[in-house]
Amino acid sequence: MTAFLTIAVLVFLGAAIYQMTKIFELSQAGKQQDQIANDKDNRVNGYLMFGFLIFIYGLAIFSFVKYSKVLLPVAASEHGSEYDLLMLVSFVIILIAMVVVQALLHYYAFKYRGQAGVKALYYADNSKLELLWTGIPVIVLAVLILWGLYTWSEIMDVNNDDDPIVVELYAQQFNWTARYAGEDNVLGDANVRLIDIDRANILGVDESDSYAADDIVVKELHLPVGRKVNFKMRSQDVLHSAYMPHFRAQMNCVPGMITEFSFTPTLTTAEMRAQKDVQAKVARTNKIRGERAARGEENSDPWEFDYILLCNKICGKSHYNMQMKIIVEDEASYNKWLASQKTFGQQMAAN
Amino acid sequence: MSAHANEHSEDHGHHHKETFVTKYIFSQDHKMIAKQYLITGLIMGAIGIAMSILFRMQLAWPGKSFPIFEALLGKWAPGGVMDAEMYLSLVTIHGTIMVFFVLTAGLSGTFSNLLIPLQIGARDMASGFLNMLSYWLFFTSAAIMLLSLFVETGAASAGWTIYPPLSALPMAQSGSGLGMTLWLVSMAIFIASSLLGSLNYIVTVLNLRTKGMSMTRLPLTIWAFFVTAIIGVVSFPVLLSAALLLIMDRGFGTSFYLSDIFIQGEVLHYQGGSPVLFEHLFWFLGHPEVYIVLLPALGITSEVMSTNARKPIFGYRAMVTSIIAIAFLSTIVWGHHMFVSGMNPFLGSVFTFTTLLIAIPSAVKAFNYITTLWKGNLQFNPGMLFSIGLVSTFVTGGLTGIILGDSTLDINVHDTYFVVAHFHLVMGISALYGLFAGVYHWFPKMFGRMMNKNLGYAHFWITAVCAYGVFFPMHFVGMAGVPRRYYQNTAFPMFDELTNVQILITVFAIIAAFAQLIFVYNFVHSIFYGKKAEQNPWKSNTLEWTTPVEHIHGNWPGAIPEVHRWAYDYSKTDKSGEYIIPGQDFVPQNVPMGDDEEELHH
Repeated sequence: MTAFLTIAVLVFLGAAIYQMTKIFELSQAGKQQDQIANDKDNRVNGYLMFGFLIFIYGLAIFSFVKYSKVLLPVAASEHGSEYDLLMLVSFVIILIAMVVVQALLHYYAFKYRGQAGVKALYYADNSKLELLWTGIPVIVLAVLILWGLYTWSEIMDVNNDDDPIVVELYAQQFNWTARYAGEDNVLGDANVRLIDIDRANILGVDESDSYAADDIVVKELHLPVGRKVNFKMRSQDVLHSAYMPHFRAQMNCVPGMITEFSFTPTLTTAEMRAQKDVQAKVARTNKIRGERAARGEENSDPWEFDYILLCNKICGKSHYNMQMKIIVEDEASYNKWLASQKTFGQQMAAN
Repeated sequence: MSAHANEHSEDHGHHHKETFVTKYIFSQDHKMIAKQYLITGLIMGAIGIAMSILFRMQLAWPGKSFPIFEALLGKWAPGGVMDAEMYLSLVTIHGTIMVFFVLTAGLSGTFSNLLIPLQIGARDMASGFLNMLSYWLFFTSAAIMLLSLFVETGAASAGWTIYPPLSALPMAQSGSGLGMTLWLVSMAIFIASSLLGSLNYIVTVLNLRTKGMSMTRLPLTIWAFFVTAIIGVVSFPVLLSAALLLIMDRGFGTSFYLSDIFIQGEVLHYQGGSPVLFEHLFWFLGHPEVYIVLLPALGITSEVMSTNARKPIFGYRAMVTSIIAIAFLSTIVWGHHMFVSGMNPFLGSVFTFTTLLIAIPSAVKAFNYITTLWKGNLQFNPGMLFSIGLVSTFVTGGLTGIILGDSTLDINVHDTYFVVAHFHLVMGISALYGLFAGVYHWFPKMFGRMMNKNLGYAHFWITAVCAYGVFFPMHFVGMAGVPRRYYQNTAFPMFDELTNVQILITVFAIIAAFAQLIFVYNFVHSIFYGKKAEQNPWKSNTLEWTTPVEHIHGNWPGAIPEVHRWAYDYSKTDKSGEYIIPGQDFVPQNVPMGDDEEELHH
């Protein structure tokens, strides 16, 4: 509906401008048409400049009112709340700057629209003014840079404090696999040269490495709430990126090297599902899916919120559908789930 | 230098007789070469924009069958439904064409060629032959790029950044076969073209300025083109090396970028290379490239805005300093594309610092433009509208750079639609506006006729509304976590409710694309039937408007004019408050200083 309204408005707008110019052109038929802006053009375009300012503001307000709800819900990780705060502050600064600068630009364009005989002000330099608008960005940016850098080094400091779980995220065209380090909390060595599809050693884990036997290879990521997780990313073919938007986490998976990211989940899947905005989002989405079901279309099963891991680096034909479910639960459920999984050693012995 | 210029002025009369081929095809005249660049660039632009409409339709109505897909894409759209690999090819080639062929060659190539000799007072470029060669290499590379679309296995589809291993391994996707080879060949030729052009621009600006045209009297257009050429010479060769190493990895079994790869059931022999190396090399050009695209547009805007505001550009020296500062900083910020690439996080800190620094000269430029408007007598010619539009999108798009340049905040918006919205506004739309401003403003100089202003107004206003309509809502799609380069977002129920936004964006994009037809009509029609231009239609100060409307080889029929002042003496008054030249609010650069005239250190 919005789309049709927009089309209609724009078509009419276009037609109106065209008609106006046409009428104007005809009324000028007798006079010389030199294709250089005259007072009338300046007046019309000056007013349009002012109108455009209102349009920009209107569009911004429209977008914020209508689309704020589609944004990601509250961060589900410890560093995520810090991230969200920095994002909010940056956004406030940006919006203030945008509102002021666009207003000045378009208002001046409107106010000083040309008129024959008016003398423009010969005004070529003012070091004080220029110092002012060099200085303000310097100060604001200094604050943002320092804050950002502090947070960045906190987030990127992947260490073994606080007894983290070690999990490998393994990417290939076009799916994810996770490997838990098991009881010893050390991942066994692995290399693509050791991949043995016949024996289902899809990650190329080194069987002769004693750390490997208790590793657990799974297709669904379970994380205990409140416990730090150190992720080690690997890829077997092309670049991928492990993107976990709800946790404000992302790191590329690079063939030939192991990359790292670390975070502590703070909200279980159940807690997230209970969030008001998440419930509203699920309701909206299921309404859309219900309509699809009614029309007999695909992709219409009801949806329940889940954390998700997406691939966010172009990786080929099915890049758009490379995902893995993430489940955050309490420590007990997590341990129970983990205990029910086969270890790598058991798996190999069975094959 | 000035002696040289005078010498040259003696002998221009007896040049050789021009044939059709030497005048229109293998021309060595900078004005003709500029037109060749412009028309080639516009054609490439039309193709690039058309591609974007195709994949925007797929995003808005995923998996839907459109007859136009089947007609244009053939076997890549069985039953009219776009194939996923075709989607990636379209995205890839759209990016490549718009960045390199339209906004680098089409913008900088056109206006550097047209304006450098005319505005500095030179008969032609330092080497007409190299200039011709530069254009024809560009043409060849454009032809190869278009040819690659018709390859059996499909055009390159690894994204315009062609990160290996995806781009290096034909078994990773079919577009990485012959299509990618042609892409690399095309780009290698393009780089050669760009280097020849840039070297020529640099030499011409340094050596062929007319008498009195000191560096501090150069119009800001020339400063922008000059510095752009320098960045190009510094950074394009690095892309060439990156491409050469990639060619070696693809064809000769080397392992510069590849290591430990298991694909399609097979371990490959590659060992010890790193894709991160390619990312460094690519972005060492890739980021300066943003400014190679943008600086000429900003230069054009400075000139067009000052002329039409009937005021000097505010803070000429600050503008020059900003251009140079941006150019310098642009070569040391490339790592902000790689915060989550796996490179050392400490490097990320360094790049955050340099990246946010670049906001400072950018802010200075934006404020200086606004102050130029203040208390002016603004003449809203179409070129002026596009210049103001440029400042608007440059500010809006530039501000979100504060988020993306901050390594922390980049984590969650990296490679999402937030990035797409950001760079389209700040470099795509802004640079296109610069291109349009330049075309409307210098059309009389190029073709001796005027473009229709009313069609120009319609073109601007529809484009301006649609550009924001497309890219403003797109930020929200990105912040909802939608990754870019997804063929469709249907695999994730969490993105279901964003389809409406995608439709809105696509509708705006389609209208914007159709609005460009107004420009095409105006452009073509005016070349043949436009009103004949007078010599100086915009009452401008710069030297190009002292040449006759009819193009002549050597630009000026007599001696090259001598320059006595900077380019921005608009509405300058003497002590009694009268214009320097009575009844005329501008003082061209070739007018000597009056006795009691105040000179502003230029």
